[in-house]
Amino acid sequence: MTATVIPIPLSEALNGSRLRISGIEVQGVLRRRLLDLGFVVGNAVEVLRRSPLGDPTAFRVSNTTIALRREESSLIYGELIGGAET
Amino acid sequence: MSQYTVAFAGNPNTGKSTLFNLLTGMRQHTGNWAGKTVISAEGEFTHKDHQYLAVDLPGTYSLYSNSADEEAARDYIIFEQPDVTLVVLDATSLERNLNLALQVLEITGRTVICINLIDEARRLGIDINLKKISKRLGVPVVAISARNKIGIEALLDQVELVATSVVTAPPLRITYNDEIERGIAELTPMVEQTIGSMYPARWIALRLLDGDDSLLTSLKANMNSKGKALPGTKEVLGHGVTACH
Ligand SMILES: Nc1nc2c(ncn2[C@@H]2O[C@H](COP(=O)(O)OP(=O)(O)OP(=O)(O)O)[C@@H](O)[C@H]2O)c(=O)[nH]1
Ligand SMILES: [Mg+2]
Repeated sequence: MTATVIPIPLSEALNGSRLRISGIEVQGVLRRRLLDLGFVVGNAVEVLRRSPLGDPTAFRVSNTTIALRREESSLIYGELIGGAET
Repeated sequence: MSQYTVAFAGNPNTGKSTLFNLLTGMRQHTGNWAGKTVISAEGEFTHKDHQYLAVDLPGTYSLYSNSADEEAARDYIIFEQPDVTLVVLDATSLERNLNLALQVLEITGRTVICINLIDEARRLGIDINLKKISKRLGVPVVAISARNKIGIEALLDQVELVATSVVTAPPLRITYNDEIERGIAELTPMVEQTIGSMYPARWIALRLLDGDDSLLTSLKANMNSKGKALPGTKEVLGHGVTACH
């Protein structure tokens, strides 16, 4: 697999894929909260399970499962580093 | 016999209350969700020649997101200035837990890092290099199991060394990017001038740059209650806001 260098929003990543976070465009208190939960640039995140309607989605980050709504996950970008075949 | 204050900080569910109860013989609620600590409890314990007042703070992932729990924990560490802040970490989830440890260490070097649930970590095959962590953070790091009463004496020995100032460390200094460092350099003298040397000026400057109004509110309330004037506060805030853009 050739490395995908173009970052995609977490909201677009497939179940089972792993991404390295490359940017967070959320602002304010919510940004702080996401950073504290482990959504930090450079950290790896895995897409665990998207619910049938696509919202919310469970992510695995820093050894914890966290559910994010699309409004948040669409503003967090990552580069694909493994997992689901596209 | 002097009494030292030890504040217990840490993420939720890391065993702060279990350790607190073990040391003080009190019955602060422990458990997963139902017994969550919401207000800080106080109790006393003795180790060797010293008496200690233990303060069990609510569990938080951060000191920056401005929930009531986080403000309570933050304000206690900043304004009450305990002789020792004991940061209790979950050995099985260090990466996440070290976030709070780093935040506390930026405020005060009067800190002991207590890595709890070491029994659970060993069971999971997690090996922790205490020496290396201690070296990187500049403060004592001790592994314990509060539930199985392992490592408690060694922990209290380190608490004593920090409480009695035998072991001292400055607040951990993280170097930020040029823009932020310029902001800090500009604000720090004003912060010092305004509130004196009682509080960690660099850290407060950093929080002002981040637009942390809640901290500013707490600072004002605290200084007013201590009967000091706060002439330059507005100006300092103004600079903080400008620097954010
Ligand atoms: N295996 C193991 N479990 C522990 C240890 N210490 C505490 N626990 C368990 O971890 C759970 C949480 O403990 P608490 O003492 O309530 O945690 P806390 O940090 O006070 O939690 P909050 O008040 O919510 O922040 C309890 O079920 C404890 O029995 C330990 O050393 N080993
Ligand atoms: Mg508790």
